[in-house]
Amino acid sequence: MVFQRLARHFVTIFVTLLIGGLLGATLVRLAPGFGADERELDLRLNEQSIRMLRQARSEEQNVFRFYLQHLSGLYRGDLGFSRSANRPIVELLEDRLPVTVRSASAGLLLGWFLGLALALPTAMMSSTAYDVATTALSGLVLCLPAAVLALLFLFLEGPEALAIGLVVFPKLFRYVRSLLEDAKAQLHILTAKAKGLGVFRVGLWHVLAPAMPQVLSLAGVSVNLALGAAIPIEVVCDSPGIGQLAWQAALARDLPLLVNLTLLVTLFTMIANLCSDLMITASGAEQA
Amino acid sequence: MKTLRRVALTILTLVFSASLLADFLAPASFATQFRESPNASPSVQFPLGTDELGRDRLSRLLYGSRISLLLAPAAALLATLTAALIGGTAGYWGNWWDRMAVIITDLFLSLPWLFLLLTVRATLPLNVPPLISVVITFSLLGILGWATAARVVRAQARSLRTADFVLQARAIGYRRSRVFFVQVLPNLKPVLTAQFWVLVPTFILAEANLGLLGLGVAEPLPSWGNLLRELENFSAVKANPLLLAPLFLLVVVVGCLQVILSEEERFQ
Amino acid sequence: MKRLLLFLIIVTQLFPALAYAESERELRFCLRAEPKTFNPVLVADEPSETIRYLTGGVLLRMNRLTQKLEPELAASWRVTDNGRQILFKLREGVVFSDGTPFAADDVAFTIRTLMDPQLNSPTGDAFRSGGGSVDAQVIGAHGISIRFSTPVAGLERLFDQVAILSSRSVRKEMAVLGPFVVSEHKPGSHVLLRRNPQYWKRDAQGQRLPYLDSVRLEIQQNRDTEMLRFLRGQFHVINNMDPALFDRLRTESPVSARDAGPSLESEQMWFNQVAVSPIANYKKTWFRSKNFRRAVSEAINRDDLCRLVFLGRANAAAGPVSPANKFWFNAALKPHTFDQASSLRRLQSEGFRLQQGRLLDAQGHAVEFSVITNAGNKTRERMATMIQQDLKKLGIQLNIVTLDFPSLIERISRTFNYEACLLGLVNVDLDPMGK
Repeated sequence: MVFQRLARHFVTIFVTLLIGGLLGATLVRLAPGFGADERELDLRLNEQSIRMLRQARSEEQNVFRFYLQHLSGLYRGDLGFSRSANRPIVELLEDRLPVTVRSASAGLLLGWFLGLALALPTAMMSSTAYDVATTALSGLVLCLPAAVLALLFLFLEGPEALAIGLVVFPKLFRYVRSLLEDAKAQLHILTAKAKGLGVFRVGLWHVLAPAMPQVLSLAGVSVNLALGAAIPIEVVCDSPGIGQLAWQAALARDLPLLVNLTLLVTLFTMIANLCSDLMITASGAEQA
Repeated sequence: MKTLRRVALTILTLVFSASLLADFLAPASFATQFRESPNASPSVQFPLGTDELGRDRLSRLLYGSRISLLLAPAAALLATLTAALIGGTAGYWGNWWDRMAVIITDLFLSLPWLFLLLTVRATLPLNVPPLISVVITFSLLGILGWATAARVVRAQARSLRTADFVLQARAIGYRRSRVFFVQVLPNLKPVLTAQFWVLVPTFILAEANLGLLGLGVAEPLPSWGNLLRELENFSAVKANPLLLAPLFLLVVVVGCLQVILSEEERFQ
Repeated sequence: MKRLLLFLIIVTQLFPALAYAESERELRFCLRAEPKTFNPVLVADEPSETIRYLTGGVLLRMNRLTQKLEPELAASWRVTDNGRQILFKLREGVVFSDGTPFAADDVAFTIRTLMDPQLNSPTGDAFRSGGGSVDAQVIGAHGISIRFSTPVAGLERLFDQVAILSSRSVRKEMAVLGPFVVSEHKPGSHVLLRRNPQYWKRDAQGQRLPYLDSVRLEIQQNRDTEMLRFLRGQFHVINNMDPALFDRLRTESPVSARDAGPSLESEQMWFNQVAVSPIANYKKTWFRSKNFRRAVSEAINRDDLCRLVFLGRANAAAGPVSPANKFWFNAALKPHTFDQASSLRRLQSEGFRLQQGRLLDAQGHAVEFSVITNAGNKTRERMATMIQQDLKKLGIQLNIVTLDFPSLIERISRTFNYEACLLGLVNVDLDPMGK
């Protein structure tokens, strides 16, 4: 039974990756400026060279054929060649993936820590002053552009993971708080309070615990938030991670690189969401 | 607390009114360049000073409020409703639709939608009015920005599927669609209001970031997003802290929205 | 024209003036993007060009300050046959960084490599600009003749961009003749160049150059970050600064800020006059009218653009040739004076008329057109905004459309689906017709 479910999840991930890669390739291929090369504006190049520059991307014109070739390359372990970086994509990912994984993981941990630390007291008490203060703080951080946050940490010589954490935290905080507020409004909480149960016990076991499935559902979403935040932050901080690579690839319409990055992001998103779904199921089974 | 909600409502009304009455309240047009007074300090003539091209900052803030305060909440509402529909039905109905919705949601989270925005912009005529261009951008943000909340809504809807009141409603004989719209959807309100509250500033800032690719508000139209991007110049902010006015205003508006949209009991 | 800091290219000449905290003498500055190649014949981007300049040995070097050619690996040279042939006498006793001796064969090998039609090299294409073939013939161990099919004006200047490759070294293009050699490359982080112990050049006292032990090129795209790191002492040189950042530097560290005068770069706005472009025919008629273009030019207040956008560090220009280009700049040519009354007269002579504040052409079309420029470039966006306001006074509606660079390139070089464009031009070659 477990094996069947895992197999089904695996098939779902595989099919989604295939569709995601193709859709991503199509979006890039149809975008304006595809195939245009900055070098065409170099006055030193003659017409033959410019013609050859344009023909160099001819194999990418038919997106279906390109995608099939790309998939067969992936099967052989060849991720393709990045025209914009002038390097094999596997080398680029080997260099840059650890950078982003490190900063995004640290940022996620910080975001979750801050989000939960500020939201949990809501489960235990009702205080207008606290609500107003946390609303103002999370609102302020939410309204700051990611580039400004990144520059601030650059100025203060802080790690960029902190900036990622601050971008993620207000969104997590807001969701977790509304879930906890909703759970706190349930009738059994009133009963528990009436029976004289302590604030911490009520907050942890009777407010947070029932809301855990929904809180866990944020886990997958938060991975995507962190990856999304990594792009502007890495660009501003000049951090050589996947985010900066994605931005450069987008500006250059580097199709092979963008398809690989789309597949990577889809894979991370699906795995994160799958893990949170499994955790929800497990927690639901325990409660049953 | 009712007082707090009233205060929040008053502030929001004032801000919205000021933006709608910008033609009367603004000291000058948002595009007029007082070229002899670039980067001017705050004064009677220019209450918030001027920018690098000598344009009055207060005027640009007021006019920029129209774009941001009207379009961003509209886009956020669109995204929230879409999340409610897709996430809510997926969580409540389950089965094949749930599996399909999960795949669609994950794809929406992962695909480079930036290129769709570029493509749509490229199909518009070059001389399209800037307002139309930005309306289209915000519409696309609204259409594409639902996926994050949909996941959370789905989890919430799944838990409601086995709630007592839902089972009772089904036992009475109500159709599933009626149960969804009458029993389930109102109980998704907390997470949906959270989504809306998060998306308003997110879309305002997204519009500014999209300006780097030519997808934002075209000059000379101001928006809070492109005003907020000026904060990247720390030395200018240090010299004129009133550059923080758009940030302050945005935080106030977002805070007021939070207070108004939240459940009444929470602030008691 | 922008007046930017000249790139302090002659780095070796600055070495004695710099003080170092580290025991090793290392110069540190930024590359604004990742270098795409270390192969000197394939160089097409600025970061790669910087590395080529520091590592490559050339036959002749254009002194960027005096703009005169100086001998390098070629002890002497002679142009003959009415500009069709150039003869070089090469220095003797020179070796590549890996010890391989330098000889005429290497020059011939380099020329043959450049002439490969599959190369797409700007340097190679410059050699082919006259059409036909380019033949290199070795004359003894240290002499070489390079013959072109057609006469080439200023053909010696071409060799400033040609870093000589070794025909024998197993290290291929990594064996160099310049003052530095690539020692380390961490993608996304930095490129470290170490002194070439085999470098042939010596100073007047006979000491082998370079004085520096290494040059560290950090890859840094963000200019604010670059400035921050410069103020912290992490970089020794910043080139090509934004005017606002330069003024800030002058305030915070007056000693560090040096205005080296005009650069070779210019900012231009032009109209689309391509016959097959998909724009409306009546607009093509406007753009082809000399009076219309002249009227628009006279309606733009260039002094305000220089003052507000470039903070006084730019000059109005009559054409794309910079005053920094000593040979080709014509001081007698003056930029169009800002005169909106004259603009209106010119337009009226073409049948345009003002009606309720809007300019209409002879057929009654309201004069409205768009200008495209690259998004994210604040300087150009501000310029376009100011031009928009200037033209509004004439009743012309100018719509600013910012596009990301690939979209912009597509429009101006392939689809021609644009009306006007505001973009910059960098003269790599001093010769305006050098193509």
